[in-house]
Amino acid sequence: MNPVDFPSVSSAEPQRLTKKSISADHPTWCPACGDFAVLACFYKILEKRQLQHENIVTLAGIGCSSRFPYFVNSHGAHFIHGRAVPFASGVSLSRPDTHVFLFGGDGDGFSIGGNHLEHGARKNIRLTYVIMDNFVYGLTKKQTSPTSPIGYRSKTDPTGVIDQPVNPIKKVIAAGATFVARTHATQVAHMMQIMERAMDHDGFSVVECLSECVEFFPGAFDAGNPRKGGRFQTIDEKKWDGTPEDDARHDTTDEVAAYRLADMEFPGLFGVFFEIDRPTKNAMEKKWIDDQRAKNFGLTDREVLQKTFNRMK
Amino acid sequence: MSPLLFPETSPLSAETHRADLRPEHIKDAVIRLAGNSQDGIQTAGALLARLAGRSAQDVMTYMTIPSTISGGPSIFQVRVGSGEVLSAGDEADFLVAFYQHSYQDHVDFLRDGGVLLFDSDHVQPNLQDKRFIHVGVPITGLTVEALGGTAKDKGKNIFVLGLLASIFHLDAEKLKALIRERFGGKDESIVNTALIAFQAGYGFPVSDLLSRRYEFEPNLHAREQAQLTMDGNQALAYGLIAAGVRYGAGYPITPWSSVMEILRSELPKYNGMFVQAEDELAAVSLALGFSFAGHLAVTGSAGPGISLKTEAIGWASMAEMPLIVVNVQRGGPSTGLPTNVEQSDLYQAVFGAHGDSPRVVLAASTVEDCFYIALEAARIALKYSTPVFILSDSSLATRIEAFDEPDLQKIMRNPALDLTARPAEYKPYPLDGITRHAPPGSRMLGGKYPVVTGLEHDEWGHPTANPKLHAAMTAKRRQKLRLLAEDIPLPPIHGDAEGDTLMIGWGSTYGPIREAVVKAREMGHRASALHLRHLHPLPGGLNQIFAHFKRIIVVEMNDIGLFGYGQMATILRARFCNPAITSFTKTDGLTFRVREIIEGVFP
Repeated sequence: MNPVDFPSVSSAEPQRLTKKSISADHPTWCPACGDFAVLACFYKILEKRQLQHENIVTLAGIGCSSRFPYFVNSHGAHFIHGRAVPFASGVSLSRPDTHVFLFGGDGDGFSIGGNHLEHGARKNIRLTYVIMDNFVYGLTKKQTSPTSPIGYRSKTDPTGVIDQPVNPIKKVIAAGATFVARTHATQVAHMMQIMERAMDHDGFSVVECLSECVEFFPGAFDAGNPRKGGRFQTIDEKKWDGTPEDDARHDTTDEVAAYRLADMEFPGLFGVFFEIDRPTKNAMEKKWIDDQRAKNFGLTDREVLQKTFNRMK
Repeated sequence: MSPLLFPETSPLSAETHRADLRPEHIKDAVIRLAGNSQDGIQTAGALLARLAGRSAQDVMTYMTIPSTISGGPSIFQVRVGSGEVLSAGDEADFLVAFYQHSYQDHVDFLRDGGVLLFDSDHVQPNLQDKRFIHVGVPITGLTVEALGGTAKDKGKNIFVLGLLASIFHLDAEKLKALIRERFGGKDESIVNTALIAFQAGYGFPVSDLLSRRYEFEPNLHAREQAQLTMDGNQALAYGLIAAGVRYGAGYPITPWSSVMEILRSELPKYNGMFVQAEDELAAVSLALGFSFAGHLAVTGSAGPGISLKTEAIGWASMAEMPLIVVNVQRGGPSTGLPTNVEQSDLYQAVFGAHGDSPRVVLAASTVEDCFYIALEAARIALKYSTPVFILSDSSLATRIEAFDEPDLQKIMRNPALDLTARPAEYKPYPLDGITRHAPPGSRMLGGKYPVVTGLEHDEWGHPTANPKLHAAMTAKRRQKLRLLAEDIPLPPIHGDAEGDTLMIGWGSTYGPIREAVVKAREMGHRASALHLRHLHPLPGGLNQIFAHFKRIIVVEMNDIGLFGYGQMATILRARFCNPAITSFTKTDGLTFRVREIIEGVFP
C-alpha cells in the first residue's frame, strides 16, 4: 500500500478497544433474540484482536439482523435490501487498510441479494459475511423466507411452506466462496472460533449462523441446541497426522465431501465445511494496477492523461 | 497490373489528372458513407474525422449502427468545414454508396448537384436522374485486385478513403500516418494491406470522372491550440478521469458500454479501479461502496439500467453520498430503440425516485462538453455531497468531433482521501450545514463513529422517525440544491436578448438549434436560443430572460405526453407558470435536422 494514499490520521494515541468503546445504540431486537449473542461475540472478537478502531467497518443490508451497524461503534453503513455485498465489495476493493465485516439475514442474503452473494463469492472479494439465518422474515413479521422449511406456517404460506428451501452452504460453495462455515448462536465458544477463522481468511468468507427468531419461529433451532434436548454436532476436520482415524475426518478443501456434509438432515453439522486458498479479486486488481503503474513509472496522473491525449491529436 | 494503383511509382500522380479541372473552393462538405456495418465504414469515417482535427478543420460525424451483432445497413457521415461545424448536416454533398440498398436508402439525402460516388460492381443507379453527378468506380473489384485474393473485399473502406483523399485534395501523408496509428500494433501485414488499399484508391484517376476540383478553404479561424478528436463517450470517460474520478462500476448496455470499457482499462493507470458488476443494482451499489470509502465514484447506464439503479440512488439522496451517475440515453421505454437517439429520460433523471429525493441533473451539449460536464458533475457532487446525473445520448456517444485540447495543468483534479481525525463535535448530518462524510480510516476524536444510513436519521446518523426531524432533514436535503441553484451561471443567449422567439435546448441538440437561429434570422425572424446545461436545479434568472420573448419554444427529442409539451417544456412550465413556454418535439429516433427545427418552430 502506498503511504501517500492513506495518510496517517492523527498524533493522538489510539485507545484500547473495550466493549464500552465499541458498543453503540442499545439493540432494537426483541428480548431473547438470537442476534444478541452474535453481537456479543463480535464485541469479544474486536476486543480480543484489538484492530485499529477507525479501520473497522461494519456494514449491512436490510432486515432485523441488518440493524447490526447501529449497535457497533465503528465506521458503518446501513445500505439497501440485498445489495450489501456489492456495497461492501466497493469498500473492500478500494480500501485495503480496512477490515470489512458484513452482517445480514437469510432474506437479504439468499433471496433479494442471492445473485450478489454468488458473484461476491465467485470474485473472492476479501470480506467476512455473517448471515444470521432465522428461517423467517422477522422485520416484516412472519413471511416465508428462502430458508423456511417445508411445512412451516407463515403469513404467506398459511397452510405450510411448499417451496424447497435454499441450502445455504451448498449455494455459497457452488458460487465459489473460499471459506464456508456454519454455527449456532447459542453455542458461543464455537461461534467465536468460527467467526475469528472467517475474519482471518484472505478471501470471501461466509458464516451461516442459525439465530432464532423468538417471535415468529420460536424453537426453530432447538434440534441443534443440547440445552433444549438437541444435538450440536461439529465437523471433525482432518489433522493430517497420518493416523487411521484421520481418514474419517473431513478434508475442508474437498468440495464434494463438503456438499455431502451439507446435505445432512436438519440440524446438520456445524463447523468449517470448505476452506481453500484462491487469489482474491483485491489482489488481482492490485496486480493489474501495479503493472499499469510500472509502465507509467514516475508520471503524475496529469502526465498519464496527457500521454493519452497526445495520441488523439 | 495498372500502374494507376501505385501512384508513387507511377508517372501518373493524382495531381496530373486534376490539373485541368476547374477548382471549387469549399468551406464545408458533408460526406455520407453508406454500406453495411461489417465494411468498416466507421473506421474510414473516423480516420477522415481525425485528419480534419489534425488539420485544424472543424469536424462532426454522425453514424447509425444496426443493433444486430454483425451486418446490416449502416452509415457514417462526416462533415468537415473551415468554419464552425455545429451539426452533422441536413443533406449530403457526397454520397458513397457501397450497395444498391445504400443507394436506394440514401440517394434522397443527397443535395441537388451533389456527387454520387458508387461501387459500380454493386450499384446500378438511375443515370437519368440529372440532379446528381454520377461517379462510378469498381470499388470492390479494384480493392480485390490491389490486395490479392485472400483479403477478398476487406479493405474497400480504406480504398474509398484513398478515393476521397484524392477528390478532396486531402493530405495523404497525414492520412497514411493515421492509418499506421490505427492499424499499428497489429500484424505488420495488416498495416501494409491497409496502405496498399489506400494507395489504390488514392491513385485511381477519379478526377477524370469529375468536372470540378474540390479543395477546402484554409481555415481562417484556425486555432493555435492543438485539437483532440474523439467521440462523446471517450470525452466523458477522460473528463471523469480529469475530474478525479478513480473508482466506478457498471454493467454493459448500449450506448453506455464504451465509457465503461475505457474506464476499466484506464483507471488502473491512475491507481484506480472500474468493476464490471453482475448487474445494474450491483454496479450502483459498488459505486456507493467506493463513495462511502471516501472516493468520488461513477456508475452509468442507459435508461433501462438507470431504472434498476433507482433504489440505490434513493439511498444516495438520503445518505447524502456524492456519486456521479451517467445516463447515455437511447430510445425508450423498455428495450426500445437501443441504437437510436432520444431525450426521453429527463423525467427519470429529475423525478425517477421514491420519496422526496433531490438530485442534480446536468446535460452535455457537445462532444467537448462531455469532457467538461464531468468536471462540473464532480465539483457539484463533492461540494453538495449529492448524487449528480450526467445526461448524454447515443448521438453524442458515437459521434466524433475535434475540439481544443483541454489545459490539464489548469483543470486536472487530483483526488485525495480525507482521513483527518474528526473533532469531537463532528456530526455527519448537521442541520445547519452541508454533509461532509468521514470515511472509514478517519479517527473520531469524540469517540463516536458515524453510521451512514438510508433510514431517516438525526444529525449523528441515528435512525429516527421523529416527525419534526423528518421534516427538517427533508428540508436540509432540498435546501442544498437551492444553494446550488445560486451557484450556477445563467447560460448565454445566442442572438439578441429580446425578440419574438427564444428556442430552448438541452443536450445534444445544441448544434442544430444554433444553426437554426442563424437560418431563422436570415429568414427575417427575430429569433434567439438558449441552451441549458444545468437542468435540475435550474439556474436562477431564467424567468427574466423569458420575459423578453413572445414565444419560448423548447426543442427536444421526446414526446409531448398527455399534457401536450415535451419533458423540459413541462418542467419549465411547472416552474415558471409561463404560458408562453411551449415545445417542438419529435420521436423518430433521429437527430434534428436544421430544416426540421425551422419548419417546426416557424411554421
